[in-house]
Amino acid sequence: MLDLLKQLINGLQVGSIYALVALGYTMVYGIVKLINFAHGDIIMVGSYVCLMAIPILSAAGLPLWLCAVGAALFCAILGVVIERVAYKPLRNSPRISALITAIGVSLLLQNVFMLLFTATPKPFPAIFTGGNVTLGGGFTVSFITLLTILVAVVLMVLLQLFIKRTKIGKGMRAVSEDAGAAQLMGISVNTTISVTFAIGSALAAVAAVLYSSAYPMIDPYMGSFLGIKAFVAAVLGGIGSIPGAMVGGLAMGVVESLTKAYISSQMADAVVFLILIVVLLVKPTGIMGKNIGEKV
Amino acid sequence: MKKHTLASYLVNFVAAAAVYILITALMNGGVISRQYQGVLVFACINCILAVSLNLTTGFLGEIALGHAGFMSIGAYTGALITKADLLPGTPGLLLGMLAGGLVAVIFALFIGLPVLRLKGDYLAIVTLGFGEIIRVIVEALPFTGGAKGLTGIPRLTNFTIAYWVMVAVIAILFAFIRSRHGRAIIAISQDDIASEAAGIPNTYYKTLAFTIAAFFAGVAGCLFANYMGILGAKTFNFLKSIDILVIVVLGGMGSFTGSIVAAFGLTLLPELLRGFDQYRMLVYSIALILMMMFRPSGLMGGYEFSLTRLIYKLKPKRKEATK
Repeated sequence: MLDLLKQLINGLQVGSIYALVALGYTMVYGIVKLINFAHGDIIMVGSYVCLMAIPILSAAGLPLWLCAVGAALFCAILGVVIERVAYKPLRNSPRISALITAIGVSLLLQNVFMLLFTATPKPFPAIFTGGNVTLGGGFTVSFITLLTILVAVVLMVLLQLFIKRTKIGKGMRAVSEDAGAAQLMGISVNTTISVTFAIGSALAAVAAVLYSSAYPMIDPYMGSFLGIKAFVAAVLGGIGSIPGAMVGGLAMGVVESLTKAYISSQMADAVVFLILIVVLLVKPTGIMGKNIGEKV
Repeated sequence: MKKHTLASYLVNFVAAAAVYILITALMNGGVISRQYQGVLVFACINCILAVSLNLTTGFLGEIALGHAGFMSIGAYTGALITKADLLPGTPGLLLGMLAGGLVAVIFALFIGLPVLRLKGDYLAIVTLGFGEIIRVIVEALPFTGGAKGLTGIPRLTNFTIAYWVMVAVIAILFAFIRSRHGRAIIAISQDDIASEAAGIPNTYYKTLAFTIAAFFAGVAGCLFANYMGILGAKTFNFLKSIDILVIVVLGGMGSFTGSIVAAFGLTLLPELLRGFDQYRMLVYSIALILMMMFRPSGLMGGYEFSLTRLIYKLKPKRKEATK
């Protein structure tokens, strides 16, 4: 029983990271209808930026967790630049062109970082120094696990408030519903899309710090499979839906953790993939997705 | 018309045979070294892969990122069958190719049917995941040699077999895309709502194109396995799928000629430029992005080179006569 509880908490930890990454996928998909393949690699960039920032921070005597802020800023700018340079010229082209460009950007990021830092995995220093936390009944969890879940929940609540309450958030919802009509209402579509990419990439950077702290080995290809899993989480929750990404991410994390613990650690990825097939068969719109009729 | 089709088949067959005789003559004469003979076999295999992927990505307009996964299935199936030595020599290889293709088709149906019912780009992500999962499963299975790899596969593939299988695959796919079914597939890529309204069963044709592509990827995989003599699951990773996709995109989505030219070009080029390998994927990624910005239809666009058309152009009077 205690073991099961431990696995569930582990699952929630991984799931929180998936959820943070899935938010980026789902927001971008909702607004420009593009699977942003480069999103997974933004995570990798975030990890490397942290790795570079840590010596500077420790030399300046600042707390190490500030590297998360730096990574978030860097990734937000990178996300906007990628959108402006690579995706914006193709906004009115066939979707297959935009998709191939996204794959191209993803490969470009991977290979640039491979040439810069080589393909050998680098150890990621421990930036959150906190021991195990006892929750009573002799049940302990590590500090980083609790922190991951807590940070993810806080960020999701903030994002939800941002989308629902602020003017830019309202604009994002309007553009994702009908970009043309939103433009006629005086919403700047370009700014809104840039903000979406910036927020999504910043969340990915936070996920990167949390992920690298939990699994302290980073390499240029770390983002690609993490990205696929997060995308599966977004589809599971309902692509385009922000609460859906959170639910999907957490559900995926728990399923994966339980599979690893009780069935086979090698087959965990296959199980995740099987879930995607089943979801697409039974309810393609996902758990929280809305079914939108098609117009001719 | 019938006579015309027959004549064009004959002309193209003669041309393919002429190229074959030329290359074998160069090989026997020692002009093409043993190392480059191997490269030519790989070029033929890449050509089969690219032409088949062009059916899904170019003509149907769905991105598939798991072509190496189907190749892997075909390679392992074919290798196990030729290793079992059911038939000796080339017939055994043909049996292996057929079996490898069919097993790939089963997997393609398993992932194609649920995904291709849907609109949107789900196929890209599902095939991407599929390619990775196949690798994990192959490494976990007991009879595929696991992570150490499968060894002792009879080396049955040579240039002659690879070349003629390639010619056959190109001919079959070319005939297919010019048929009623091929036109239906092109119609879906142009406008899926209009094609559905015109009575084309979209899901059926999407799945058909996807499974045919998977079949030929399996065939190519079997050729590859029987050329290498040793297989490791890591060979068929995501980068292999991207290699094939780059060939299709650069050559031209919807042009078999483009795929053939790009397959030979991109297989031979890295051999000629030593030290290029480190930067290959970097160059590919930039090429993909720039291509989509400035020439989204690829080098050839939808253009097909036609030998018969060339002959008729050179002899305009004969054209009147044969009609």
